[in-house]
Amino acid sequence: MTQVNRLNGGLIDRSTSLNFRFDGKTYSGFQGDTLASALLANGVRLMGRSFKYHRPRGVLTAGSEEPNALVELRSGGRQEPNTRATVAELYDGLDASSQNRWPSLERDFMAINDRFSNFLTAGFYYKTFMWPKAFWEKLYEPIIRKAAGLGSLTGEDDPDLYDKGFLHCDLLIIGSGPAGLAAALTAGRAGAQVILAEEDFELGGRLIAESCTLAENSGADWVMQTQAELAGMSNVRLMPRTTVFGAYDHGIYGAVERNTDHLAEPAPGKPRQTLWRIYSKRALIATGAIERPIAFENNDRPGIMLAGAVRAYVNRWATTPAQSVVVFANNDDTHQTARDLMAQGVKVPAIIDTRPDAPDVEGTEVLKGAEIINTSGRLGLSAVRVRVAKGYTRDLFCEALAMSGGWNPNLGLTCHQRGRPVWNADIHAFVPGEGLPVGQIVAGAAKGELTTDAALRGGAAAAVSALADLGITATPADLPAAQDAPVSLSPFWHVKDAKRAWLDFQNDVTVKDVKLAHQENFTSVEHLKRYTTLGMATDQGKTSNVGALAVMAELTGKSIPETGTTIFRPPYTPVAMGALAGRATGKDFHPTRLTPSHKWAEDQGAVFVEVGNWMRAQWFPRKGETHWRQSVDREVLQTRNSVGVCDVTTLGKIDVQGADAADFLNFVYANGFAKLPVGKVRYGLMLREDGVAYDDGTAARFAEDHFVVTTTTANAVLVYRNMEFVRQCLCPNMDVQLISTTEAWAQYAVAGPNSRKLLQKIVDPEFDISNEAFPFMACGEVTVCGGLRARLFRISFSGELAYEIAVPTRYGDAMMRALMEAGEEFDVVPYGTEALGVMRIEKGHATGNEINGTTTALNLGLGRMVSDKKDCIGNVLSRREGMNAPDVLALVGLKPVDAKDTLLAGGHLMNKTGPVDVANDQGYVTSAAYSPTLQSSIALGFVKGGFDRNGEQLRLVNPLEDKEILVEIVSAHFVDPEGERLRA
Amino acid sequence: MHNLKAITPLRGVTPRLDHIGTISITEVVDQALASVAARKGQSAVMQQALADHIGLHLPEPGHAVIAAPFGAIWMGPDQWMITAPHDSHELLASEVKEIAGRSASVVEQTDGWCRFDVAGVGLCDLFERLSNAPVRTMAPGSAIRTTMEHLGVFLWRLADDHMAILAPRSAAGSLHHGLVAAARSIA
Repeated sequence: MTQVNRLNGGLIDRSTSLNFRFDGKTYSGFQGDTLASALLANGVRLMGRSFKYHRPRGVLTAGSEEPNALVELRSGGRQEPNTRATVAELYDGLDASSQNRWPSLERDFMAINDRFSNFLTAGFYYKTFMWPKAFWEKLYEPIIRKAAGLGSLTGEDDPDLYDKGFLHCDLLIIGSGPAGLAAALTAGRAGAQVILAEEDFELGGRLIAESCTLAENSGADWVMQTQAELAGMSNVRLMPRTTVFGAYDHGIYGAVERNTDHLAEPAPGKPRQTLWRIYSKRALIATGAIERPIAFENNDRPGIMLAGAVRAYVNRWATTPAQSVVVFANNDDTHQTARDLMAQGVKVPAIIDTRPDAPDVEGTEVLKGAEIINTSGRLGLSAVRVRVAKGYTRDLFCEALAMSGGWNPNLGLTCHQRGRPVWNADIHAFVPGEGLPVGQIVAGAAKGELTTDAALRGGAAAAVSALADLGITATPADLPAAQDAPVSLSPFWHVKDAKRAWLDFQNDVTVKDVKLAHQENFTSVEHLKRYTTLGMATDQGKTSNVGALAVMAELTGKSIPETGTTIFRPPYTPVAMGALAGRATGKDFHPTRLTPSHKWAEDQGAVFVEVGNWMRAQWFPRKGETHWRQSVDREVLQTRNSVGVCDVTTLGKIDVQGADAADFLNFVYANGFAKLPVGKVRYGLMLREDGVAYDDGTAARFAEDHFVVTTTTANAVLVYRNMEFVRQCLCPNMDVQLISTTEAWAQYAVAGPNSRKLLQKIVDPEFDISNEAFPFMACGEVTVCGGLRARLFRISFSGELAYEIAVPTRYGDAMMRALMEAGEEFDVVPYGTEALGVMRIEKGHATGNEINGTTTALNLGLGRMVSDKKDCIGNVLSRREGMNAPDVLALVGLKPVDAKDTLLAGGHLMNKTGPVDVANDQGYVTSAAYSPTLQSSIALGFVKGGFDRNGEQLRLVNPLEDKEILVEIVSAHFVDPEGERLRA
Repeated sequence: MHNLKAITPLRGVTPRLDHIGTISITEVVDQALASVAARKGQSAVMQQALADHIGLHLPEPGHAVIAAPFGAIWMGPDQWMITAPHDSHELLASEVKEIAGRSASVVEQTDGWCRFDVAGVGLCDLFERLSNAPVRTMAPGSAIRTTMEHLGVFLWRLADDHMAILAPRSAAGSLHHGLVAAARSIA
């Protein structure tokens, strides 16, 4: 198809022709077109179907406020629904489809809804789908959900990359129309750090949409000159294709830069969009104004557009929506539309002006004091019916109508922190009021300065005053003379007695719906919005809110400001979820921490498990092993029979130094540390302030004023943070210094009866690590492998004779290899977290399963550790009566009466006979494992009064699966209850 | 001399070097680190000792200094990170402790961190995609603690076109991935 509606001139590049497709048909446009301008140029007015009634719709606007022309762009994983054709930049190969229609845009079966519009009024589903009640969830809701909504997603993964970034500036200018550009020139010349963000791909705002002149130049020429000057300033960052979508605290603004949406697809490694967080000292809202439609009968046909949009298509895109265009307005400003169209040879049969005293326009007839009372045309406008001042009607044939009810300042960003606009009676519109976000100022049409001249000078003055706040002296840029005619407008919101006159085009809300809301007493603005869904679509009612308020004001007999105000929330326009996620998706969702032996473990074919951000080896399968239990059982038995090695670097390590280090630890641990001798390690338990246990570990004393504390892997950060809190806030007078050394040392547990023999081959011979010289709970600094500094601890989690050896992390990989080589003669085995877990259950050592945020030291069988001879975090509240009742939960061991039974964690325990219910609950199982040592399933759990119930039988119940297993209470120390092995 | 072979934070035998567009990203492994924290009321004594013995004048908050072969970054109130070449100062913590004596708590931090040096004209374009630090106004000699890729890091502006990043060693791979992705994004 040829571009039948293409005109002369414009800011498009006619040397670059672009082919694109809409609903399968191929068209051509030019570089600089939007999808909407290119479709109009090709004579396509029908672009979508409305949300509720599936009415044929065309483009209403030429900007981001567009409610009608929503399309699906691209296909596959890149398919994006609800994209406004007015802001979709044309590129060669662009593929767009209409949405919310079946089977085609021209013939949409769901248009039947329009016939039933009397039933589908505001709130219809609240009234209609009330009975029978059960039908709501199963029948009505699914049908409504299917019928509702606009575009669709393919469900495929988005293949694109999205960046996130941070920018800082003195002055953020949002919008590059006359006010924004004048401000940028002023601030840029003053040397301030300036960011100029423009949602369009061209700077200039209305200056490139109008046929206006600035001094001797066209608006577009002045924009080009100004842009060139700004581009040459290193302190000014021009950001076209960047939508500032939200105003947040402390001058922070959210913005999306569309890096490659104007290309078929991004180059490899390049982001599609970048989400910027802009830290501004001052922000200037220069977002212009949005034109408002007039409500009249059938005012939603394709071809009916806002007048300012028609001028933008004519002047910027050299496109007319049709060859015959009628104008409908209540103001002088709009008459320019007729002049611009006629200058290009487009027929303008008449201007219909609601004002009886409207001025004349050369070249066309002005019907003064007239109104449009209906329109016709099935898939596009073919005629309008006009009631002239004298009362009779006239039909005018036209394929497009340019309408204007005036302009509303585009003040969305001023409302994001609950700022309420105020009514300005001079321009009959809301303007920004008090309570703007900190550091925010407004200029130009966004402030109600509706002439080009006022906008230019307002922008420059705003920049001067904003910079003065920051101590930067600026003088207003010299600006060209521009149009400064006063606003001449007589408020006109809707044509009376219309049956169906649209206010909110996107959500299909008519004047009648507002009347119905009023009739049913939903007169508050907030109720009106929710009852009718006005302003609740993706356009946030940019073109509809004020019109609906005006209608409601008329109905209630109040003024518009008395009726209420309109308010907006972020985002200003829709933001892709991908942009909000940035790069943090999939495996990059969080950072991954690798242990020092990771590379070696990978070589061994280890199976890894995520523990927080850490990747830990779970077990090390060997050839012939087909089930994880085989690997884990082998690792346990080999460790208990000879020796095993496990990477325990992930445990938190906190270096504590200072003259008061011992007193400090005495305060943060429940048990005493003041008297711990140098060269010794002690197990310690930490309580929360409420007396509940929250972490356990060890503290090793290397010197009078030097300890190394270990924490559990999961709580490493929490413990460090809490200790810093105690240091800074609770004990500020203590001489103590803390720093994490978790990552600085690679630490390995070497456990099993042969662990000493193995380590004697590693630790340099001048260090005696015999049982006598280095007994259980000893620690010290040693050297290994011929002189490398290391730390050795004789501690045991497995219950075996065991050590932990730490070397600087860079040598961790080599250390693991050295241990394996030295241990070959003992058949050394590496073991993972599963074997570690089995062995600690066999030994009855608590972990996070038992120290689970609900249990106390007493519950854990460690009640005597909470010293009453000193003050410590949590000890006072741990003495509460309820936490010390005679039948408190106590940690016990459990084994099945029938050795073939398998115990699982999570089940609750009931008495051997009696009811199974909450009232009779006896406790629960926290940890369970198959013990290869005992060749039986075993478990740890909490049982009421459990310390005195050894030998008693209970039922481990699973009511969901109707299963019960008979278990016996035993000591939690299944292996070596006397601790002979670890002291050997 | 021990016989254990070191590996780099990215688990290589030699440090990794990437050139992407104008940006180079270098894994730096030849720097030893030691934290010094003044004992209660001893900050002036400690600072004097370091100035007297090794000519190192500890910097103000937000800054770093170099007094070759040593360097120092401000870390927190009365707390600094000292750097020196690893080969000649592997036992840096012991050296510093020797100098500071009872006026400071000194802790070996060498392998707690990985370091990447990023150089190139597009430095600020890269870092503004990774960190909320005001990189464009960070003068050479400034050093701040911030976050990148969800990690707590130090950014140390060594020169206009040269930035050092210190980050937790275990997450070196994730940080490196972030740096490379950002470098490709701006290349």
